[in-house]
Amino acid sequence: MNGYARDVAVLARKDVLLELRARDALPALLLFVVAALVVFHFALPADAAELAAKGMLWVAILFTALLGLGRAFLAERQQSMLDGLLLAPCDRSAIWLAKTAATVVFLGAAELVALPAFALFFSALDWQTVAAVLLANVGICAVGTLVAAMALASRARELLLPLLFLPLAIPVLVGGVGASVADDPGRYLGFLALYDCVFAIISWASFEYVVTE
Amino acid sequence: MWSRNNVVTALAALAAALVGVAIALIFFWIPDDADQGISQKIFYFHVPIALTAYACFGWGALKAFLHLWRRPSGADLESYVAIHQGVIFGILTLVTGSIWARASWGVWWAWSSTQLVLFLVLFLFYSAYFMLRFSVEPGPARANLCAVYALFGVVLIPISFLAIRLANDFIHPTVFTSEGPQMEGSMFFAFCVAWAAMLALAAALYHVELAGKRLDTTLRELRERLA
Repeated sequence: MNGYARDVAVLARKDVLLELRARDALPALLLFVVAALVVFHFALPADAAELAAKGMLWVAILFTALLGLGRAFLAERQQSMLDGLLLAPCDRSAIWLAKTAATVVFLGAAELVALPAFALFFSALDWQTVAAVLLANVGICAVGTLVAAMALASRARELLLPLLFLPLAIPVLVGGVGASVADDPGRYLGFLALYDCVFAIISWASFEYVVTE
Repeated sequence: MWSRNNVVTALAALAAALVGVAIALIFFWIPDDADQGISQKIFYFHVPIALTAYACFGWGALKAFLHLWRRPSGADLESYVAIHQGVIFGILTLVTGSIWARASWGVWWAWSSTQLVLFLVLFLFYSAYFMLRFSVEPGPARANLCAVYALFGVVLIPISFLAIRLANDFIHPTVFTSEGPQMEGSMFFAFCVAWAAMLALAAALYHVELAGKRLDTTLRELRERLA
């Protein structure tokens, strides 16, 4: 394993370990996503189509991600750990990659509960929905981690994150809902993959500027 | 200082002349549209305004990129002013598009209109840019954040366009196709004049705002020196 990959692995392991020991965010995410699905059950009229429920699943995923992202840099902020990380002899983009990987793990854990709960409450899941969720996670966490780092620098942190994140997440929602409901999910999945690649590359390249002067 | 003022004056005069010529051409020279009649004339404002908004966003992103790459002084301010003008032209696009939708489709808002929805997404995105900018202390860190966000904007434009295309059926008229513009020569000429007029107007406004902002900074520095 070369230096860069080792840096990323160590940093990501640090985030996952912190979460496993403190259990700050993950239980809240699990509870939130189930609560959101229950709320959506009551928000949908009785004769609402199955398709509408699938749209709601995507809204639930997006807002759960938003909740998780809001806490992604909590430790860095509270104990000014970010300064320490920036001083560490590793590439700055490795910090972004590690944080993105950790966020993907947390969001994936929340979905591990959310998807079966959706199947139980609403309708059975098909393979294209699961594939779209997996692809969307990458894009959501890549962009989300970067804008969470941006929001960290501002005075209005919690307020700013959704404003920065939601316009950027609209294409993910289009791709995800499209893949879940369309007859030919191929092009929507392709679109999600394109989104992941494009935004992962520019987030990876620009993270250094977000955290340094 | 004098030369800078002269540029602004010249641009403003050019913009005024071009807008006048464009209005004259649109209303007195080109024939009415066979289908839509007089209401189609808004096309000569709506589309040039939209293209100018894209140009402003592009210019803002270019300045942002330059800021991150070479760090010339003032690139951050220029990027901000360009995006500010882009948002103004973007709002005008939404308004003119909405009026056109009302006149030709009978509704004020059409989710199936790719351009309108795209501008709504961009409007939300760049409004967040201002929120970001005004909630961070001025300084090099803020300049970096804004530059990165502005770069995300030009990537978001084609991605969102693709997304909205995927999500929609297409009732929006497609005038520019791969075979070139589907317009009469006279209409295309009027369209180009209108577009040049909007670009000149945007450039003039850009320089006026930039001059004002620079004056502001100079004044603040002088005050600090006196205090």
